[in-house]
Amino acid sequence: MTNPTAARDDVDDGVHRDDHDGGAAGPAGGPAEPAALAAFRADVAGFLESDVPHSLRGTRRGRFDGYWGGSKAPHPGADVLRWLELAVERGWTAPTWPREYGGGGLTGAQAKVLDEELARLQLPPAVVGFGLTMIGPTLLDYGTEDQKREHLPRICRGESRWCQGYSEPGAGSDLAGLQTRAVRDGDDFIVNGQKVWTSHADRSDWIFCLARTNPHVKKQAGITFLLIDMSTPGVSARPIELISGASPFCEVFLEDVRVPAGNVVGAVDDGWTVAKALLGYERSMIGESIGQQMSGAQADLIGQAREALGAPDGPLPDPELRLELARLGMEEAAFALTAERIRQSMQAGRRPGPESSILKVAGCELKQRRWELAMQIAGPDGLAHDARASEWLRSRANSIEGGTSEIQLNIIATRVLGLPR
Amino acid sequence: MTGGPPQPPAAPSAPDARTPAPFRPAPFQPAPFQPGLILDEEQTLIARTAREVFAAQSPVTRVRELRDSRDPLGWSRSLWRELAALGWLGMALPESAGGLGLGLFELSLVFEAAGRTLTPEPLLTLPLGADLLARCTAPEGAESPADHWLPRVIAGEAVVTLAWRESHPHGAHGRWDPTAVATTATPADGGWRLTGTKPGVLCGHAADLTLVTARSPAGAIQVHAVARDAPGLTITPRPRLDGRPAADLTLDATPATPPLADLDAVRAVLDRATICLAAEMLGSASEAFARTLAYLKERHQFGVPIGSFQALQHRAARLFMRLELTRSAVLAAARAADEPPDRLPPHELPRLASLAKAHATDTLTAVANEAIQMHGGIGLTDEHDIGFFLKRARVAAATLGDAAWHRARWMELAGF
Repeated sequence: MTNPTAARDDVDDGVHRDDHDGGAAGPAGGPAEPAALAAFRADVAGFLESDVPHSLRGTRRGRFDGYWGGSKAPHPGADVLRWLELAVERGWTAPTWPREYGGGGLTGAQAKVLDEELARLQLPPAVVGFGLTMIGPTLLDYGTEDQKREHLPRICRGESRWCQGYSEPGAGSDLAGLQTRAVRDGDDFIVNGQKVWTSHADRSDWIFCLARTNPHVKKQAGITFLLIDMSTPGVSARPIELISGASPFCEVFLEDVRVPAGNVVGAVDDGWTVAKALLGYERSMIGESIGQQMSGAQADLIGQAREALGAPDGPLPDPELRLELARLGMEEAAFALTAERIRQSMQAGRRPGPESSILKVAGCELKQRRWELAMQIAGPDGLAHDARASEWLRSRANSIEGGTSEIQLNIIATRVLGLPR
Repeated sequence: MTGGPPQPPAAPSAPDARTPAPFRPAPFQPAPFQPGLILDEEQTLIARTAREVFAAQSPVTRVRELRDSRDPLGWSRSLWRELAALGWLGMALPESAGGLGLGLFELSLVFEAAGRTLTPEPLLTLPLGADLLARCTAPEGAESPADHWLPRVIAGEAVVTLAWRESHPHGAHGRWDPTAVATTATPADGGWRLTGTKPGVLCGHAADLTLVTARSPAGAIQVHAVARDAPGLTITPRPRLDGRPAADLTLDATPATPPLADLDAVRAVLDRATICLAAEMLGSASEAFARTLAYLKERHQFGVPIGSFQALQHRAARLFMRLELTRSAVLAAARAADEPPDRLPPHELPRLASLAKAHATDTLTAVANEAIQMHGGIGLTDEHDIGFFLKRARVAAATLGDAAWHRARWMELAGF
């Protein structure tokens, strides 16, 4: 006979034990909004309606899409900059970060109200980027006071755009096998190596970068997390073209790049800890982003199918396609609810753990199925390399970037389920 | 390494002649239904208590004991009364009827805990029979059967079930179509008489009162109550794979109450019972998975734990993903059941009930099959308990609509 007790504890380390500890749960729908929150909503709504340039209304494309900022951005137009200025004054580019670092100091509930009001007016976020979603939260957890004061306000103001220097030509899934070297030289490190798949490197001001500082220990133990100014001599970036066409991905070359020791996040040789925490933020961002794309996705596909099959109403005349649409739609519905459950759990004060890997794997596979189905629906008359085909080709990258699905399954198996390595 | 293709910056401000009509924001409306998907303190306590109670009072070994002793009831009246003493049999019934007045959400937590240990007690009669009874209106000039029976149900002294499904003819909507009713209800001698056959009635072998759907002379589907000892009622117990007997009911001009409820009430309780069953199946799947994980860690071959093999690790990880998606669907459906109907978008409750049951069915089936495979030979032996999960999975899958039936309903509700 097996002893289920130990396993049960392991399983409970997954998403659902969080639920059982969640005292701060919001009731379904619940009673009317508390007065303080309603007043906050009225303030936000009044301000957004009167002060934010009306030309921006209706231009929202989700929470992670908009003006990316940084010193290399093309001029986005006066109204976008005006909205950025207004948002920065209130700390609304990073609503829940502490005010002292340029954030808004809002509670989770207030930030949700702000987001709902932005969505209602279909206003884009004032600025987006990996500074806000990845390195910022990581610096809040692991950065020194100097690092926070130097970088967080600039991220909040949209002045610095960040990219992620993780993968290397010889270190993809085996990320910890990275070969970029950082050698101590007085108060600096000298960095040499190559990074690849670095999104937006050619448009970024800073790169957060993993480099090997100790080659003589277990590979995870000799890595250091560095912040590197992209304008430092020896840093260069080159865009990569993909099967789908132009892409945000770049190669980054680091040749004798001098980085001050003060730019180490966490301890020297302990960068793996920081790197993994950041990956948790990245995975949850990818998952949340895919969750948002799902609202309306099913209706869009059904509409396309009706048009392609010439069936304006009633059951779709292709039973197999109809069933596949239902299967996909029901998976997407459960996925969106899971993303929402993790969001509610985080709002109740928890950090994304390894369970965010669930969102990454499931979300990417659903997205790929959706584009596969879109191409199937388009059929013999949708075979040009148009926007749809580009998205379909691009979707193949989803299960590779940000950690392959195979690596995510390894993480779930070993870190969530506790299976032996 | 993320982010979509580079996007152009947001639109410039200067509108030109071709600019479409300006965007006009609507006043803020809270989303019609945003389910809370994490448990509050009281719910957490209910879930913990239920897990402790079923683990102590109804471990999986009971399933074997009841089978081996050829117990004709298939469950225990004394445990049923203990559950009554905890207030759980009236958990989701209104306080005016003697219940606790909690939600279906809370009741679903009890179902999930019961599912973990494959508890065979007829809990599903609560959202089916008792809930429908509470919705019944009293016939004119007569005592409401709810007044008589509900206190007994809540006290664990009586079981009320619902006979709604028929084998023939299948309705336009398949084998679980509640409108496929051929049983007739005819007024006679100042009362009513029912004639027809209801196969596989849940706990039909032990129910003290059975609510029966039947067609009136005018063609309307309505609910009548039939007493256990009513003349012309034949109850044929049907043993099932999971050890929980059902019964075929044959009614031959059987005396019954006047009509007590309509088809809408039947549909409502079927959705609620479906959500409870999905929660139970989620519990069974979670436990079968936990036992399998434990085995993967403990069983050694080639000198290492078999759980260190990536082929098994990835399959286990995928089962975990399915469990988490199913959990979200079940939580959302149970929340929706407690929402006032006018605050839900149209069809939201049946839509989420079907979402939950389809996921629970596919997930429990996959987990139970993988559980056997990953246990290897020992999993096939009767001596090992894991097989009970597979048997229960099969019965639960075909109860209250299988996955295909719920997918079909989803398509119909979504209008494609």
